[in-house]
Amino acid sequence: MLLSGADIIVETLIEQGCDTVFGYPGGQILNVYDSLYTHQEQINHILTAHEQGAAHAADGYARTTGKVGVVISTSGPGATNLVTGIATAYLDSVPMIAICGNVPTTQIGSDSFQEIDITGITLPITKHNYFVGSVDKLADTIREAFALAKSGRPGPVLIDVPKDVQIAKCEFTPTSPAEAEPLHPAKEKRVEEAAKIINESRRPYIYFGGGVITSGAQEEMLELAELIDSPVGCSLMGLSGVPTDHPRFLGMQGMHGHYASSMAMHNADLIVALGVRFNDRVTGNRAKFATGAKIVHIDVDGSELCKTVNAVCGLRGDVKLTLQKLLPLIEKGSKPEWAQKISDFRTEEEGYLDNRESLTPRKAIMTLNKHLGANTAVATDVGQHQMWAAQNLVFKNSRRFVSSGGLGTMGFGFGAAIGAAFGTKERSVLVTGDGSFGMCLNELATAVTYNIPIVILLLNNGVLGMVRQWQTLFFNKHYSNTILDRKTDFPAFAKSFGADGETVTTAEELDEALTRAFNCEGPYIVDCRIDKDEFVLPMLPPGGSMDDIIVKVGD
Amino acid sequence: MNRYTVAVLVRNQFGVLNRVTSMFRRRQFNISALTVSETETSELSRITVVFSGDAIEKQQLINQLYKLPDVCSIKEFNDDNSISCELLLIKMLNDPDSRGDIQSAADAFGAITVDYSKDTIILQLTDSSRKIDDFINLMRDYTILEICRTGSVSLEKGSTTIRQTINL
Repeated sequence: MLLSGADIIVETLIEQGCDTVFGYPGGQILNVYDSLYTHQEQINHILTAHEQGAAHAADGYARTTGKVGVVISTSGPGATNLVTGIATAYLDSVPMIAICGNVPTTQIGSDSFQEIDITGITLPITKHNYFVGSVDKLADTIREAFALAKSGRPGPVLIDVPKDVQIAKCEFTPTSPAEAEPLHPAKEKRVEEAAKIINESRRPYIYFGGGVITSGAQEEMLELAELIDSPVGCSLMGLSGVPTDHPRFLGMQGMHGHYASSMAMHNADLIVALGVRFNDRVTGNRAKFATGAKIVHIDVDGSELCKTVNAVCGLRGDVKLTLQKLLPLIEKGSKPEWAQKISDFRTEEEGYLDNRESLTPRKAIMTLNKHLGANTAVATDVGQHQMWAAQNLVFKNSRRFVSSGGLGTMGFGFGAAIGAAFGTKERSVLVTGDGSFGMCLNELATAVTYNIPIVILLLNNGVLGMVRQWQTLFFNKHYSNTILDRKTDFPAFAKSFGADGETVTTAEELDEALTRAFNCEGPYIVDCRIDKDEFVLPMLPPGGSMDDIIVKVGD
Repeated sequence: MNRYTVAVLVRNQFGVLNRVTSMFRRRQFNISALTVSETETSELSRITVVFSGDAIEKQQLINQLYKLPDVCSIKEFNDDNSISCELLLIKMLNDPDSRGDIQSAADAFGAITVDYSKDTIILQLTDSSRKIDDFINLMRDYTILEICRTGSVSLEKGSTTIRQTINL
């Protein structure tokens, strides 16, 4: 059939299995919006308050579903507003497609109104991007973009479509959805080497990240843990990958990781790293990082092997397929001494836990836990609240923790929570702080308009808490520009946007407020007041090692 | 620090050189020479990269190149398995006192005179990067007016070609 470029874009999205897109219209993408109007039975477009919110929503949708998230914007500022969202998705390997309008091809390069070189701008933050100069290439470009976004290590792909290409007509024949490139296990020789090293280990530690969730390798990973009697820990991106209460799971590792998890990694003689990278937030001082451990590293992206730490054995391949090859070569063996040591670390950790009765951040998250369903997705922003959430949230199902790990994007949370609600088709939760919330609260309008049930747990301390924590510890308590001193009345703000909310100051009030929030049809803000000098602990000071760990205030 | 020569076959598309060099820049790879040209087929271009670093950095450079969707094939070359050469154009002051010495040096290196005027001589030399360095150093005893040299281009010896290993 003969279709316009705009119709081809929408038809191809539908063909690729996309039923929900997020975006914001404008001059150079009007034709696509006209096509969305005529296709609204097949494809649902969610209009956000800001393009950045739309990009984060597409990201949240992708993280909770594993499908490709799609965001649409106009040219110029519409496109540049996507940049933080695209970069967030890139750093966390989230499959996403961004479609931008641009000025007609005849005007490209002349600094026309709302013209920007978005393919140039997004070059370092996309897996790949396309400028589509002619309509006959449009459908295949979108198909290629879908395949690329979800192949191997997923990531965002941007497609820039000038207005005249949206208008021009071309023959269109629907095809089946693009397949991701086939995945492979690592080379047999490498798998054998890895098995030998693993079988020799006395103190193994399995360390996993988002790659295990993408690969769906949880079962194989836990089987390996059973076989070699190993504890399991993860990076921030690995959270919700295994049930939090799994007996072998020690929790997140790293700068603000669980004490037992970090200690186990530090004392291990072997780290089996699965679909994870050794980010500086994880290793601290790399020269002092797990010096006694050999590293066996499996990742689908070969460039992660030996990028920051030296693995004795680097295996490039799909985690699940590689573990399937590896498992038959592993000798079963219990390691009672190591298990005892892990158990001791856990006991020690218990002693460090914050068990004050007042409304502490930990208490707030533990109270939230009581209200979460097995399938509830929890999005966060970035800062202290994010770490408290990461440390204390209890997950049952995979893909239910939605947080900006790599880029650390304040303002990510609300858009992500909206995307997560559409992805899971149920109520989602946003845990945020007053600093981060200030960067995305405009999206409350979106949540109200679409009547999206989102519980917003706002840990409100009146300061930029994480930066303040660093200023307290490393900058002589010079609280430079971290005291917010705003007069925002959050329940009143919620009401003015057509939502509801309340302020709580005690744990009992919080519990009751959350009951109301989880029964509310639309968004609900719980403005939870906490002390401004709460710390995220434990803490590995930047550039430090486990010898420098701070477990209690005053250390 | 070692020098490595890597040949990269890429899809001949608008902006492909930018994608490759942008990756080098943002990951701070130490590139000493880079050439790009069309190949035996119009669909592919060939980039030859000369890079300084250690073996881990070299592997990282190759791994990062593999992640670019426009990259079709990568080959690492060394002196044993490949032929590399570079082109130099050098403009010398044509001075009666030095003219004879310049000409003798040019003859010894196999450089040819491609332009000759009352005041200037342009010499052309095609050879390995090291020989070209030597020749330029020799010319520094006289008056160099202008130098232009290409990066290295390399081909593998024998019957194998880079297109036989298109792996992406």
